[in-house]
Amino acid sequence: MTMAEGDLAVTQLAFVRHATIAPQPPPATMTGAIGWLRANLLSTPFNIVLTAIIALLLAWAIPGLLRFLILDAVWTGVDRNACLESVQHREIGACWPFVREWLPYFIYGSYPIPLRWRVDVFFIMLAIGIVWLLWLNAPRRELGTVYFFVVLPIASFILLSGWAAIGLQPVDTVLWGGALVTIVVASVGIVFSLPLGILLALGRRSHMPAVRTLSLIFIEFVRGVPLVTVLFMASVMLPLFVPEQYSPDKLLRALIGIAIFASAYMAEVVRAGLQAIPNGQYEGAMAVGLGYWQMMRLIVLPQALRITIPNIVNTYIGLFKDTTLVFIVGIFDLLRTIEVARIDPKWATPVTSTTGYVVAAIFYLIFCYGMSRYARAMEARLARGDRH
Amino acid sequence: MSSELSAPSRPARVVFYNDPKFRSIAYQLFLCAVVVFLVYGAASNAIENLTRAHIASGFGFWNQTAGFDISQTLIEYSARTSTYGRAFWVGLLNTLLVAGIGIVFATILGFVVGISRLSRNWLLAKIAGGYVETIRNLPLLLQLLFWYNAVLKALPDIRESIVIGGVAFLNNRGLFVPQPIFKGGFGAVEIAILAGLVGAIAFYAWARKRQERTGQQAPVLRVVLLLTIGLPLVVFAFAGFPLGFDFPQSGRFNVTGGVEILPEFAALLFGLSVYTAAFIAEVVRAGILAVSHGQTEAAYSLGLQPRQALRLIVVPQAMRVIIPPLTSQYLNLTKNSTLAVAIGYPDLVQVFTGTVLNQTGQAVEVVAITMLVYLTISLGTSFLMNIYNSHMALRER
Repeated sequence: MTMAEGDLAVTQLAFVRHATIAPQPPPATMTGAIGWLRANLLSTPFNIVLTAIIALLLAWAIPGLLRFLILDAVWTGVDRNACLESVQHREIGACWPFVREWLPYFIYGSYPIPLRWRVDVFFIMLAIGIVWLLWLNAPRRELGTVYFFVVLPIASFILLSGWAAIGLQPVDTVLWGGALVTIVVASVGIVFSLPLGILLALGRRSHMPAVRTLSLIFIEFVRGVPLVTVLFMASVMLPLFVPEQYSPDKLLRALIGIAIFASAYMAEVVRAGLQAIPNGQYEGAMAVGLGYWQMMRLIVLPQALRITIPNIVNTYIGLFKDTTLVFIVGIFDLLRTIEVARIDPKWATPVTSTTGYVVAAIFYLIFCYGMSRYARAMEARLARGDRH
Repeated sequence: MSSELSAPSRPARVVFYNDPKFRSIAYQLFLCAVVVFLVYGAASNAIENLTRAHIASGFGFWNQTAGFDISQTLIEYSARTSTYGRAFWVGLLNTLLVAGIGIVFATILGFVVGISRLSRNWLLAKIAGGYVETIRNLPLLLQLLFWYNAVLKALPDIRESIVIGGVAFLNNRGLFVPQPIFKGGFGAVEIAILAGLVGAIAFYAWARKRQERTGQQAPVLRVVLLLTIGLPLVVFAFAGFPLGFDFPQSGRFNVTGGVEILPEFAALLFGLSVYTAAFIAEVVRAGILAVSHGQTEAAYSLGLQPRQALRLIVVPQAMRVIIPPLTSQYLNLTKNSTLAVAIGYPDLVQVFTGTVLNQTGQAVEVVAITMLVYLTISLGTSFLMNIYNSHMALRER
């Protein structure tokens, strides 16, 4: 009976829609800026409270930071009076004239002023090497590798420490300082840790028990102790282990310590890459008659290093930050020069230390963040799969 | 044809120096010879250099009087009577103290930041991301120097101390807080705490076993809280509140009484916690992301509440991924505590590898002992980690 009634109702309908209605736009509260706010900031009561707290925190922190760095900062002056609240009778932010006066020291340390062009040339050569190596579509990249790992170290050593025979006045390493030393230490770590790390990683996976054991002991020992103690060992024990006349200078000792430390960490990174290469690759290489070194150089390492690039760069970031530790064994790296400058009586104010540390922070942030962006980009590229 | 097949194919004669077995042995012998030669050369040079510099060798210095002061000592120590050996223990305990507290703080902060980075609240996720990116890209030493020189040393001096709640004083010499004094009868409270802990663990084990057997749940949380907090409080009240405080008194030049928390300690603790927390946050984030979304969905489809799904499904699986890298972060924190030497906190390196080495000149022994301590901590932890990993590894069928 209900069926009959239903049929009747249909036939009596005056209007039947023949086409579907165009979909209505979603409610205004679900789209656009308001929708985004509701979904991402105000979805639950808890989230509303959280957002409010963070907004208050930001409202307090960002203007404070801006005021310190720019609005209240002192831009001109010749000594501490420019940056003293009691003299200027206003809120004082960062003391930039202090940085302007000390900047050459932060960059070159005590490197003789007429010879500083040599440091500039070194910086330019290093920059060319880095771009050549990192830019994946650069021409002749294999040449770039040779340049970076062979030509650059020798050329910069001659350039920076001088060579009387070709008319470059020798400069003792105790005069080196500032960003120059930071970059030299980091570069030496970077240049030496990769080849040494590869050798150690291969050694640890070797079939020869003596090679394997020695590599294992070296890697685990160095990774098990703090860098500070490795540096202490390099600076106080190394001079004992060599005949007195060959005692290496202070900077070289620290460089040896950093290179040893970095290569042990690099070895583990490379080993992880080697483990990711399927056995078939090794077997295939052996089947076509390649020897051990040919197999590694032509088949295994190119693939292993390729997938390890992000981790290698991450190790380099750690290494770059760790260069600050040479401070502890008395090397004048960037941080040490800032420590020296900030207690200069001519500029002693309550804001001098903070200003100095801000300079250092900007320096390290630029380098480390740059490297981490590069690692991230490489990771994305590898995840995409290389289609060349 | 058959004769061809049956002809035995003799292995090709290889010249002995092309034989892989011979080569491998030769390489290894050569390597060992080089290592032995290097070690021998280093040792003989060291002996020669040490005798020329008239530096004693051996561990005789261990029992000599140290003669220097240490600003923070957890065990009894005095410059005039204590030995270098005692100074070593003071330094080691200071290292362990800052590392232990630092690990707790870093873990809490790291988990909060790591989970915040995955929050659906956009602002919170971005702030957490900014924290991680900034802190991870700045050298720890720079951060320590900043906290120490720019923040703590810039606090007002003693006469203008910041008073917190009328009982604690904060100035550029440190934070002075009341010291608890345990009177007689506090022993009963200590026993109660111990008994409460044992009882709580036993109850938890019993409740779990019963649930596995019968499916009945016990009010574990309530009972555990009652045993660990309630029981000691009741005993404390019955014993007549055997606890007093020694309040710090602020004078013109000094603060007397109370416990002093050194600015060096505070800066190191703060710097290490903030720095390591950024790394722990990344570990936690990676661990949570490693649990596939299907797991959560499956839990919901079984009828679990979001909270239960998190507790019973997501967290246990995430922990499997989180714990190994988390321990290596703990080790990093412990190793990084050696940066104390830069701001003058008396840790093992500052006291032993710094002062004791300078006074005795016995570099080989002192550096070797220091390295041995850190090696023991590192290798011991990785040994425990390996046991844990083999215990936790997925048992696939």
